[in-house]
Amino acid sequence: MIIAERKPIEDIRRMVEGHDRVLVLGCGTCVAVCMAGGEKEVAILASALRMAEPEKEFKEATIERQCEREFIEEVRTTSDGYDLILSLACGAGVGFTAELLEEHRVVPGLNTKSIGVAEQPGNWSERCLACGECVLDLTGAVCPIARCSKSLLNGPCGGSQDGMCEIDPKNVQCGWQIIYDRLAKLGRLDLMEENRPPKDWSAAHAGGPRRVLREDAEP
Amino acid sequence: METFEPRIVAFCCQYCAYAAADLAGSMRAEYPPNIQVIRLMCTGKVDPVFLVRAFEEGADGVYVAGCLEGDCHFMEGNLWAKKRVGYIKGLLDELGIDENRLEMFNMSSAEGPRFVAVAKEMTERIRALGPSPIRVRKEKKELSAGEDKRPVDETGT
Ligand code: SF4
Ligand code: SF4
Repeated sequence: MIIAERKPIEDIRRMVEGHDRVLVLGCGTCVAVCMAGGEKEVAILASALRMAEPEKEFKEATIERQCEREFIEEVRTTSDGYDLILSLACGAGVGFTAELLEEHRVVPGLNTKSIGVAEQPGNWSERCLACGECVLDLTGAVCPIARCSKSLLNGPCGGSQDGMCEIDPKNVQCGWQIIYDRLAKLGRLDLMEENRPPKDWSAAHAGGPRRVLREDAEP
Repeated sequence: METFEPRIVAFCCQYCAYAAADLAGSMRAEYPPNIQVIRLMCTGKVDPVFLVRAFEEGADGVYVAGCLEGDCHFMEGNLWAKKRVGYIKGLLDELGIDENRLEMFNMSSAEGPRFVAVAKEMTERIRALGPSPIRVRKEKKELSAGEDKRPVDETGT
């Protein structure tokens, strides 16, 4: 899922400046799980904003997903009369809401962080960088692109110390140590010996915005 | 300022803090009438939304009172509550509202006098902080809208 985090109240207040009626719009999927943009977070933020900006109206609404047309359509009428939508979705959701409710100004209430997992409640970590051509079959299902700070395909580098990465040895694990440990457990350390040629980064964002098409599913 | 009577909301769990309040009552111990007790099965039920909403509605102070740590009837509801209180303290801080207006307390059901002491402590603490800026604004607004409500001092932070 997409991991995000609420922007500081101060930043949000700057964005709502000059707007009197604000619709705080939550997203009930990814960002609800990482406790940043679901119904509850909408309630807390709207309440906080009503205290901070008593002259303004903050209406609360949450839809299932802001990255799908039909859910956004559900709030088309609700959004009438609001001069700003403060979207608590990931960047994709914010953008799509703005695209579909084009008569509205839409601003982001969250900072989108990563594609990741809920390691445990309150602890969400990055696990995939959407490189476009997945290589998890070669690395014991540990992503070298997302979990190695340098996205090395043939790691580890010399900065790997006691299982930690040199960019932040206290907090960041060495992705390649994790890969090694996993492969060792799987009895597939032979995969460490394989020399991986450079990846085709044009399949990643370096190749421009990506699109997946499925003719059979198109209307 | 002499006339300022804080309005304080206390979320109390039924097994300890609420039972302690009950005991205080049976002991005929008096506690400040400023406290509005809301009984919950467990402080683990205290959603951060409850805390924010209480302030939004004009509470000058809010506290959560649960069982002693390690003695929660639902194992660790009070520990959850403590963390949530901490989280909302941070939000209050971001909003420029003194985080001391919100607190977490623990007590056993046998501690009637502690319930009274906590109620007094919070009342005094909030009295010293003055009325919540939210309440002041709210009452001013209601007053200008023609509602008959006594305004409070504007000295709070
Ligand atoms: S809008 Fe973003 S956060 Fe919401 S469901 Fe879609 S991808 Fe997830
Ligand atoms: S290899 Fe690419 S697609 Fe696979 S998990 Fe890593 S970044 Fe994501």
